[in-house]
Amino acid sequence: MSWPVANVWLIPAIPIAISLVILSLAKSRRQSAAGLAIIGQVVALALSIAGFLETLQTPSFRAVQNFTWFTFGETALRIGWVLDPLAAAMLVMIALVGLCIFIFSIGYMADDKNFTRFFAYLSFFSGAMLGVVIANSLLLLFVFWELVGLASYLLIGFWIERPRAAAAAKKAFITTRIGDMGFFLGMLWLYHSSGTLLFYDDGNGCLESVGLAMLGASATFIALLIFCGAIGKSGQFPLHVWLPDAMEGPTPVSALIHAATMVAAGVFLVARVYPLFSLGTINGVTSSSLTVVVWIGVTTALMAALIAIAQADIKRILAYSTVSQLGLMMVSLGVGGVAAGIMHLLAHGFFKALLFLGAGSVIHGCHHEQDIRKMGGLRRLMPVTFLTYAVGMMALSGVPLFFSGGWTKEEILHATAHWPKSHVPYYLVLAGVILTALYMTRQVIYVFFGSPRAASAHARESPRVMTTPLIALALCAIFFSVVLTPGWPWLHGYLTGEPAQFDIKRSIQPMLFVSLVLVAAGIGLGVLVYGRAGMPDRRRPAEVDPFEYAQPALFHFLENKMWIDELYGRTVIAFSWMSARLSDWMDRYFWDGLVRAFGRLGQLFGIFTTNVDELGINAGVDETMTGTRGLGRVMSSWHSGQIQTYLGVIAIGMLALLLLYAWLV
Amino acid sequence: MTVTLQIFLIVSAALFCIGLLAALSRRHAIFILIGIEMMLAAANLNFIAFWRFSPEPHQPTGVMVAIFSIAIAAAEAAVGLALVIAVYRHYRTTNVDQFDQLKG
Repeated sequence: MSWPVANVWLIPAIPIAISLVILSLAKSRRQSAAGLAIIGQVVALALSIAGFLETLQTPSFRAVQNFTWFTFGETALRIGWVLDPLAAAMLVMIALVGLCIFIFSIGYMADDKNFTRFFAYLSFFSGAMLGVVIANSLLLLFVFWELVGLASYLLIGFWIERPRAAAAAKKAFITTRIGDMGFFLGMLWLYHSSGTLLFYDDGNGCLESVGLAMLGASATFIALLIFCGAIGKSGQFPLHVWLPDAMEGPTPVSALIHAATMVAAGVFLVARVYPLFSLGTINGVTSSSLTVVVWIGVTTALMAALIAIAQADIKRILAYSTVSQLGLMMVSLGVGGVAAGIMHLLAHGFFKALLFLGAGSVIHGCHHEQDIRKMGGLRRLMPVTFLTYAVGMMALSGVPLFFSGGWTKEEILHATAHWPKSHVPYYLVLAGVILTALYMTRQVIYVFFGSPRAASAHARESPRVMTTPLIALALCAIFFSVVLTPGWPWLHGYLTGEPAQFDIKRSIQPMLFVSLVLVAAGIGLGVLVYGRAGMPDRRRPAEVDPFEYAQPALFHFLENKMWIDELYGRTVIAFSWMSARLSDWMDRYFWDGLVRAFGRLGQLFGIFTTNVDELGINAGVDETMTGTRGLGRVMSSWHSGQIQTYLGVIAIGMLALLLLYAWLV
Repeated sequence: MTVTLQIFLIVSAALFCIGLLAALSRRHAIFILIGIEMMLAAANLNFIAFWRFSPEPHQPTGVMVAIFSIAIAAAEAAVGLALVIAVYRHYRTTNVDQFDQLKG
């Protein structure tokens, strides 16, 4: 086993260790904080690439290192690391995207007073996510998973002085915790059924034949419980509500959450434990757990895409697009296209980071204004941001041939179209693709086209430290497509372990035309509807959205996120509130009363014993003391010190004894 | 008049009572010592009398005890006189009414 493979644990360990070092730095050491974080990320990237190169040498490479964490009684709890194509590809993507975001943050957070703390958290976040990827035990994965949750909490609530950021951090933490509860139960059940939490263990792991054979029918429930964790983390319906609110964090954090870490963890988890989900898939009939995954994914993808159309905040649109894309990935995993789902996850990591950093650049240029209706005309004011953003937008919309998102989306469509159970998800995914192109077109037109409005009038291009990562990510988004085309499906082959053949003719597939038509329809519709958005019209004031003008009721329904937050407020949160009130009342009056009654009883007993003490025992002792003292006083007066008195008394005593003797004898 | 044991006992009882009275009533420490000597002499007289009138008057048991007793009385008188002198040096008096330091 070569050095990078044997020491794969260093990849998460270095950023986490560096984050601890940064936390111990003084607040004023801004340069060393950023420098250390970036060095840590570079080292992690280098190690990831070294590991990645190792995995290239043999098809279906898998290096596993297991060790015992601790032993109790007869049982040893074992954890370990694994490096396989899935992990290696994720490692490189996370480290690379993370590095771009770190560099961008130097510019974006330049004026923040807690600069060092920010980089410590960023480094910690990245390290925790790298740990999720290489964990070879569900337990170890869960540990890193929760560390990711903690880091997201710290970073979303980074501007803790803003009440909305604090609330969003709390919401993200609690909402994902609901899903993690299911994850944890699934993990316990899995341990109970198979006796191991290791994924791969020379044929005895829970994802290998021996472990899977022990599970039997319970596999479905275990898979669904674990999927609960993925729903929470990856923002799937019905636990997606935290993700848009997480936009309260600094924009680089949003980029990190939405591209490389956090939300990717859920999709990765499903891909990692895929054998659990697919257990029961016989002759192409999908297992029931995968069916659930498909329907949750479809619902999420479509719902989020619809909501995104009616949002005005530049980051919220991107947030809902992430939710939608994650739904798409879940659909792909569910219908059996694991490689397609992971490829979309990787491609999405690049272009979503690009879009968020681009949005950060726009927000930075517009003096922290996030409402797209107040922007406009930035095409000329911020040319680099515009060009890179356009690349990201086209990749996200799925424009074929030159953009990575197009190929992966095509592959997902291909997998979904051949799902034997139902064709409904396929059509819904098609609708989702049109909507994606539509809302991205709307956003780009509002932000970059037309004439400058209130917030964008004095915008300036961002500094080099911010535009360089944008350019790097844009190049990644374009060149990544080279390994994705069906003509040379290298990444597909790498992930599945089949050799990839170069065949240019296979690039042209029917699905290519389908997606071309869909994207063209979406963008065309966007241009048609929003072409003059933000500009005064004959019938409509400038600040009213054309869609809102046409369909006010529907628009408000979508603008308010389908009232799902309000629904939760009225049901789940109201129920929690009620039970909290009830518990409060119980505590205050019932339990407290009980405790008070017992206390009163003790008090009464105390009064009783006090009286017994004071009046009975104490008085008795006092009386004895007084008597003894009186007696002592009387007797001490007999001690006159007069020898003759003593002698007289002795004589009288002798006489008395003699008389007694005489009387007795 | 025949000399009998009773006469000796009466004389010794009278001697003891005189000695006791002297020890109890006199204030001077020397007189108290003299009283005590008289009580001792009464006891010695008793020894001699009981010996002389015993069934075995030939062996000198009573005389021996009396001689021992007189020897011890001499030693005791020496100690007593030394005590009186020490007390006198301390109190500058031999009046026992003023010695009250023995009280507890």
